[in-house]
Amino acid sequence: MHQTIIGQTNPVAIMFFVLFVLTTLGITYWAAKRTRTTKDFYAAGRSITGFQNGLALAGDYMSAASFLGIAGLVSTKGYDGLIYSVGWLVGWPIIMFLISEPLRNLGKYTFADVVAFRLKQRPIRAAAAAGSLVVVLTYLIAQMVGAGTLIKLMFGLPFELAIVVTGALMISYVIFGGMIATTWVQIIKACLLLGGATLLVFLTLSKFGFSYAELFKQAAVATPLGQKFLEPGGLVTSPIDAFSLGLALMFGTAGLPHILMRFYTVPDAKAARKSVFVATGFIGYFYILTVTIGFGAAVLVGQKVIMGIDAGGNMAGPLLAEALGGNIFLGFLSAVAFATILAVVSGLTLAGASALSHDLYVGVIRRGVANEKEEVKVAKIATVVLGGCAILLGILFKGQNVAFLVGLTFAIAASANFPALLMSIMWKKFTTAGAVTSIYTGLAVAVVLLILSPTVWVDIVHKSEKTAVEKSVSTIKAAVTGIDAQIAELQKQVVSADAVATMKKKEKAAAMKKNADLQSSVTAKTAEKDALAVKQKEADAAMPKAIFPLKNPGIYSMAAAFLIGILVSLLTPDKESQEKFADEKVREYIGIGAE
Amino acid sequence: MAKLKKQDILNDPDFLKLSSQKNTISIILTILELVLYFGFIGLIAYNKPFLAQKMSEGGAATIGIPIAVGTILLSWVFTGIYIWWANTKYDELVKKVREKVGG
Repeated sequence: MHQTIIGQTNPVAIMFFVLFVLTTLGITYWAAKRTRTTKDFYAAGRSITGFQNGLALAGDYMSAASFLGIAGLVSTKGYDGLIYSVGWLVGWPIIMFLISEPLRNLGKYTFADVVAFRLKQRPIRAAAAAGSLVVVLTYLIAQMVGAGTLIKLMFGLPFELAIVVTGALMISYVIFGGMIATTWVQIIKACLLLGGATLLVFLTLSKFGFSYAELFKQAAVATPLGQKFLEPGGLVTSPIDAFSLGLALMFGTAGLPHILMRFYTVPDAKAARKSVFVATGFIGYFYILTVTIGFGAAVLVGQKVIMGIDAGGNMAGPLLAEALGGNIFLGFLSAVAFATILAVVSGLTLAGASALSHDLYVGVIRRGVANEKEEVKVAKIATVVLGGCAILLGILFKGQNVAFLVGLTFAIAASANFPALLMSIMWKKFTTAGAVTSIYTGLAVAVVLLILSPTVWVDIVHKSEKTAVEKSVSTIKAAVTGIDAQIAELQKQVVSADAVATMKKKEKAAAMKKNADLQSSVTAKTAEKDALAVKQKEADAAMPKAIFPLKNPGIYSMAAAFLIGILVSLLTPDKESQEKFADEKVREYIGIGAE
Repeated sequence: MAKLKKQDILNDPDFLKLSSQKNTISIILTILELVLYFGFIGLIAYNKPFLAQKMSEGGAATIGIPIAVGTILLSWVFTGIYIWWANTKYDELVKKVREKVGG
């Protein structure tokens, strides 16, 4: 049996983690002295280079869930896990082609700056802040609950304590060091994660003579799935479901406020563009590593051990590290996973705080009039409030299945944020009313449809009914299997026709009678089986059904947001906004007047 | 050289050229990316046996593996194509227009 110390307090992991915390707090102290104006707090004084921002974007985006989760998914499901990793990357080219440069040229600190560029400030900022905050909060809850569970597994720390430590650190980075500290936390984390994963893959491949062909050869015999482990399986059953999830992942990435916000940290559009190229390269490389780690773990650690520690397979990466590099490498990787969580939640908190202070407080409540000092102060208060909410919600959702929240985050980002942002950049006739209705429609449709979808309506709201049905169906199925065995047993006893033919008259009569008796027993058993089949049908009929059939609402909520945005804009023509489009175009394409 | 006003920039032939070129490139690359990713999803949904073919006799790796990895790599290559175009052609035109405005 494979020996593991996962789940126990691991001094090496704690040492590496303390080292990371001390370093990042040192950086925060250094950053605090450089964080005075709003430009420093929200945008690191626009002093980050394109390459640095590319690394920070990668650090902002690559979550512990994708590192541990995708490696786990690959190690337990094989090829299907690979499909997921592709989906997480394909939004980045979209950011590059449609969003990054205009966003940088037109905005100041938040994506609402761009949408509000030529439209009415207050309603737009209120709507955009709502979209941002819902995305930030749902994603924060998912990250926090994941953090608590993972840290408990890796460090042996209690769930609540893990969440409080995570929350306290993220609040410290953001209130004292603002975007400067957040950026460097993300850069360091990206380097650690990429370095750690590279080393793990190097060690893994060394076991296979650095041959992927050999790795796959062994993977094909390592699991009960056999060769099927390397083929697409049951993940994609309904094409429209897959299409809907794909849309949400693709365009959701281009609507995540904490990602969009990072483009204001670079000096100009050219650097913004470069940072997407760098980020896409690193993130793509990282997912290829993660997939290798998953297959490697399936062979070198084994599915039984992986799923014995955590049914979802989340510990596949750490277990592989332990198997190949011992306690020290396990400790290092556990600390990296913790650092990964911290970098993502810090970015989210900063994005949420800027929506609260820059968009809601200054843009809506103070109608755009507030001095620098006041705005920074409000942003810091917002950080504490948001951080506190994240800690509380994280603890409140303990033990809940929060995987659906990630899908919801991307669906909302793709439906509430992305369409309004894209139309405000591209379409001259876009109006305030169009933007506001588009944002709220996207938000509402995504949330409502997700609640009515199988993911929430069946798996969460009607969980007990679902479990009851599944239980009774499996009881019936077991009974059917029992009857099948009995029938087979009876049929074995039947005297064969050949044997009967050679028998004497008296024996023949006895054998035929026996056969007739057996036949009637079989008929009775078959009738019993039919009755059970009817029962199973009845039980199946009691299965709670989702009101909305798709698992991810992306396709409908995005379409609704675009449609409403276009229709309402056409119904409420706005001459002023059309005239201002000239200004917008000049600034968008050649950057004149950009901040 | 006379400086252009904002309204005139919009009708400047160089500005028109750069904005229409940028839109064309962006839209073409976006469509390529969509075709790439949803083509991949389409294969999974409609033609699993194709992806399940083995790459070589005696090996175990399926065609689906390089196709998935290729989707990731090609996405990155697309961003590379864009950045190459923007750094060489687009920035050149932007510089030209900015000189005319003096901004």
